[in-house]
Amino acid sequence: MVQQRGDTPEGRSGGEGADAAVSLEDGRLVLSGRLLVDTIATLKHDGQGAEEIDIAQVSHMDTAGAWYVADVQRRMTDGKEEVPILGADDMQQQLIEVVRRNMPPEDAAAARHVSLLDRVEALGRKTAAGAGKAVELTGFLGQVMAALSSMVIHPRRLRLTSLVHHMQEVGWNAIPIVALMSLLIGVVLAFQGSVQLRQFGAEVFVVDLIAISVLRELGILLTAIIVAGRSGSAYTAAIGSMKMREEVDAMRTLGLDPIDILVVPRVLALVLMLPVLGLIADLSGLVGGALMSWIELGVSPAVFQARLISDTDVWHFLVGMIKAPFFAMIIGIIGCYEGLKVGGDAESLGRLTSTSVVLSIFMVIVADAVFSVVFALIGI
Amino acid sequence: MMDDAEPIIRVRGLTKGFGRHLVHEGLDLDVRRGEIIGIVGGSGTGKSVLLRQIVGLLKPDGGSIEVFGQSVEGTSPDQYKQLRRRWGVMFQDGALFSSLTVRQNVEAPMREQLALPDDLRETLAGIKVRMVGLDEDAQTKFPSELSGGMRKRAGFARAIALDPEIVFLDEPTAGLDPIAAAEFDTLIRQLQAALGLTVFLVTHDLDSLHAICDRIAVLAEKKVLAIGTMAELMKVDHPWVHEYFHGPRARAASETERAEKVQ
Repeated sequence: MVQQRGDTPEGRSGGEGADAAVSLEDGRLVLSGRLLVDTIATLKHDGQGAEEIDIAQVSHMDTAGAWYVADVQRRMTDGKEEVPILGADDMQQQLIEVVRRNMPPEDAAAARHVSLLDRVEALGRKTAAGAGKAVELTGFLGQVMAALSSMVIHPRRLRLTSLVHHMQEVGWNAIPIVALMSLLIGVVLAFQGSVQLRQFGAEVFVVDLIAISVLRELGILLTAIIVAGRSGSAYTAAIGSMKMREEVDAMRTLGLDPIDILVVPRVLALVLMLPVLGLIADLSGLVGGALMSWIELGVSPAVFQARLISDTDVWHFLVGMIKAPFFAMIIGIIGCYEGLKVGGDAESLGRLTSTSVVLSIFMVIVADAVFSVVFALIGI
Repeated sequence: MMDDAEPIIRVRGLTKGFGRHLVHEGLDLDVRRGEIIGIVGGSGTGKSVLLRQIVGLLKPDGGSIEVFGQSVEGTSPDQYKQLRRRWGVMFQDGALFSSLTVRQNVEAPMREQLALPDDLRETLAGIKVRMVGLDEDAQTKFPSELSGGMRKRAGFARAIALDPEIVFLDEPTAGLDPIAAAEFDTLIRQLQAALGLTVFLVTHDLDSLHAICDRIAVLAEKKVLAIGTMAELMKVDHPWVHEYFHGPRARAASETERAEKVQ
C-alpha cells in the first residue's frame, strides 16, 4: 500500500508550485498554491460573501493547511448550513476530516485568563501546602525519634556497618573542606578586625573578636551550611534515586523499615559527626586568626594563646557545641524526608534535592537565631 | 506494491561496531514511501542502533545511509536541519521534556523550526495533541502526571508536530496493556493514512506486526536477514526467523488475526 501525498520532497523544500493564495470569485472562495504551515500565517480571509470553498487548485496541503480550510469553513458556516468544500482529492478530504474532528473547542481561549481571585487562591493553596509540609516534617521527626529510641532498647537493630559508612562519608571526608573554609574565615576576621581595631589602638582585642565569633557562631554555623550542601543534598539524591527505582517499596514488601535502614544511620551519623567537624572548624578558625594576627598585627602566637585562655569564657565554646547536634538533626531529617518524597520522575529528584539544601540551610539559620535568643535569656 | 519506486530510506553496506563488538556488518535496507515497515530482531541485534544511525544520532563506521535521496552523513548543518524537519522520532517512553507541558512539548519543534504567531502555533499543537487521542485536560499536564500510554501518545504528537514525511517509532507499544497497544496500532494506521506518513517501526509486538505493518525486516547476524510481508516471512526457514514467527506467541497472534478476519 503506497500513498503518494501531494507534497513530494521537491515540492516541500521550495521551488515548484506557487505560494498560497486566496481569492473570491463570484460567490466562491478559491484557495490555491501550497497550503503549508509556513504559508498560511499570512493568509487572512473570513470568507464573507462566499458560499462554497474551492480547493481544486491547492497543490500541497499539510495539517496546518487543512486547519486553515476547516477554520475558514467553520467561520463561514457559523450556525447556518454547512459550506461545501469542493475539489478535494481523497487524501485532502481525509486530512481535513481528521483535523476537523480535532479542532479546539471555541471557548478554549477564554478560560486562560488569570484573575486576582486566582492569585489569592494560589497564595492560599501555597500557604496551606506549607503548613501541611511543616506538620508532615514534624511527624517524620517523631517517627525517626521513635526509631532512634527503640534502638536504645534493641541496640541490635542499629545497622552498624551503614552507620560507620555514613560517618566516614559525612565526617571524615568533609574534614579538608571544613578545615580550609574555617581557616580562611579566621584569616578574614583577623584582617578585617585589625583594620578597624587599629584605629582605637585596641589591636589586641582582635583575639576576643576571633575567639567569640568563631567559637560561638561562625565555626558551627558555616560547618552546618557546608554539610547541608554536601551531605544533605547527597542524602536526598541517594534516597530519592532509590525511591525512583522502587527500591524503597521493595524494602517495605520485604518487611524492612526504610526508616530503620535508610534514615536512622544517616541522621545518627550526622549527629555524631557534626560536633566533631564543628570542633575542627573551631580549631582551624583560631589557627587562621592567630596566623593573620601575627602577620598583620604582630600579636605573637604565645600572646594570642595566653589572651585566648584568660579572656574567653569556656561557655563560648560550649554554646557552639550544644548547637551542633540540633543542626545535624535538622539537616539529616530534611535531607531524608525530601528524598522519600521523590516521585517517579527525574525532575522531582532534582527539584527536591535543591529544596532540601535550601530548606535545611534556612532552618539551620532559624534555629541559630532561636538559640541566640534562648542563650541571651538565660545569660550565657 | 510499487517495487520500482525510489526508496525513501536507502541503507547500503552499513557497518557499525562498539569497541570490538560489531553490531552491523554490510547491512542493506530499503524503505519505500508510504509504507509501514516493522523492524524486528532479538535483543542486542541493533534495532535501535540502526534507527539512531538513520536519524543521525550515531555515526556509522562504514557504508551509506540516504534519506530522501540525500546522504545523512555528508550533509552540511543547514542541509541536515532541512532533512530533520522532514522526519519525526518517537523514543521509547516518549522522551518528553519534563519541564514542559504536553502542548508545549509539541510546540517545541514548531518554535525551533517555524516562525509562527503564538496563537496559531498553540492551535496547531492543540490539534496534534487531540489527533493522538489525548483529551483537553492532558494538554496542560506535565509528563510526570501522565500514564505510560499517555506519554507515548504525547511523544507521538511531538514526532508529527511538523507534519514529517517519515516517523521513526521506537517500541511504541512496549509496556502498554493489550487494549492500549491495540489502540496505539489503530492510531498509527489512521494517522499514517491521514498524513501520508512513512512509518519506521521498531517493535517486538507480534500483534502490531500482524495488524499494521506492510513489510517486516528481520535483523539478525549483523544484517537484514529477511524482509517481506508477514506471509513471506512465515515461509523463511532460518531457525531464528522460523522460531520468531512460529513460536507459541506468534501462533496466538496470527490466530487472533485470522479470527478477526473471519468476523
